[in-house]
Amino acid sequence: MDSTTQQVAARTALHATGISMAFERNGEISDVLSNIDLDVEEGEFICLLGPSGCGKSTLLNILAGFLTPTKGQVEIGGEIVRGPDPRRIFVFQERGVFPWLTVEGNIAFGLGALSREERQRRVTHYIGLVGLKGFEKSYPSELSGGMKQRVEVARALAVDPDMLMLDEPFGALDSITRLTMRKELLRVWEAERKTVLFVTHDIEEAVQLADRVVVMSARPGTIQTIVTIDIPHPRDISSPRYLELRDGIFRQIGIAQQI
Amino acid sequence: MTTLRKPARWERVVWPLVAFAVSLLLWAWLVRWTGTKVFPSPLEVGRGILELSRKHVLWIDIVDSLRRVLIGFSAAALLGIPLGLFLGWYPAVNQTVNPVLQILRPISPLAWIPVAILLLGVGDHAATFLIFLGAFFPIVVACIDGVGSVPLVYRRAGGNFGLSNAALLRRVVFPSALPRILVGLRIALGIAWLVVVAAEMVAVDSGLGYLVIDSRNSGKRYDLVIAAMLLIGIIGLMLDLLFRSLERVRSVRWGFRHDG
Repeated sequence: MDSTTQQVAARTALHATGISMAFERNGEISDVLSNIDLDVEEGEFICLLGPSGCGKSTLLNILAGFLTPTKGQVEIGGEIVRGPDPRRIFVFQERGVFPWLTVEGNIAFGLGALSREERQRRVTHYIGLVGLKGFEKSYPSELSGGMKQRVEVARALAVDPDMLMLDEPFGALDSITRLTMRKELLRVWEAERKTVLFVTHDIEEAVQLADRVVVMSARPGTIQTIVTIDIPHPRDISSPRYLELRDGIFRQIGIAQQI
Repeated sequence: MTTLRKPARWERVVWPLVAFAVSLLLWAWLVRWTGTKVFPSPLEVGRGILELSRKHVLWIDIVDSLRRVLIGFSAAALLGIPLGLFLGWYPAVNQTVNPVLQILRPISPLAWIPVAILLLGVGDHAATFLIFLGAFFPIVVACIDGVGSVPLVYRRAGGNFGLSNAALLRRVVFPSALPRILVGLRIALGIAWLVVVAAEMVAVDSGLGYLVIDSRNSGKRYDLVIAAMLLIGIIGLMLDLLFRSLERVRSVRWGFRHDG
């Protein structure tokens, strides 16, 4: 076998099989996720899409290793996930930024093992990448929601993880900032080619960002369908193909596109 | 005047001074109106403060009181912060120890006076021990509470970057809990200053508390009694202001409300 075919063959980054999750609430067992199988390729941008309460956030927490599923297992890079790991960084909404550290301090948080010069180099690089130059010494309380979100993304990227997991990262932002942040995230993703798992309840957001959209249904959460978005970036969001894919997902979820 | 309007700079200085002056006038008037022979007027107390400040012994008293508070409070912080962090970090241990803490906590340090004197004798050690007791419990409780209120996202974020438990405690839990711990320390310092005066009335023969009781016992000098009380109030206020200035340090500032 020659080396070209090996390079072309995409490698599996994440392999989840038979994931089920049940919580006990007031003595009653409620199934949150049921029998989920998912494969993600390296460098792929995946959106987990579904209505609130469909368990997509729980699924992401399981994939990240913060929760242990009732049934099934997750393999990342061939290893079974048993807990959180710096090779895959979870990005909370901007709530995960540490308020007692400066922008610099936050971004350098995971870089303790590196030499001083290397740490400084990375901090400078990622501050530039997310457009926070000039705010190095600012504290999060002095920043807007969008800027805090950039700090979290930069902090995640700085440790050079294989995978980013974002849980409705732009949910708390206003709609204009949200659009800018999507653009920024795509720019960063194209520059760094990390595998991205992105949870959202916003259909437009999913179709604008993802290579594949994993549409989930609720109670218990299952994968309803997976839609491949075959439009190259930058995407024209008024093109017929975009509208076709978007409307297809609207129909999948079972809502009319009319108000 | 609406409550929403921010007072101007001069207003924030002038109105408190007016309130202070009115209190003094009211006091002077009450003394004259009741025709009391024992309770001193503000003027007599003012003279008393001058008389005290000319005596070398006042400064020794102040230094002695501050020293006892410093030692008792520091010991309480040094033992209380690690214990509180530990109990906050291990809720199971906390549940076991909590009943004991909750029974000891409401006992006024003053109730410990006989025990303190029995164990440590009359002297500095007993006084310092009482201050330690008064400051210790609020510090422990603030630390337990502080650790318990660290948001799960911070812990998860810290764990995600591969921190060990010790590093998580040092780099995430402690800084996150620090504003609450500072509030606890500030309350404890206030209590320490309350307790030192009481302790000095019974256990030692120096300090501002001793000055109060000694001024009464040796010649019923109520002008000096009130003068010493005012000094206790002023020094207590200064200690509190000094401690509050810590809240402006930038790495904890986020945890406090600031108006301007």
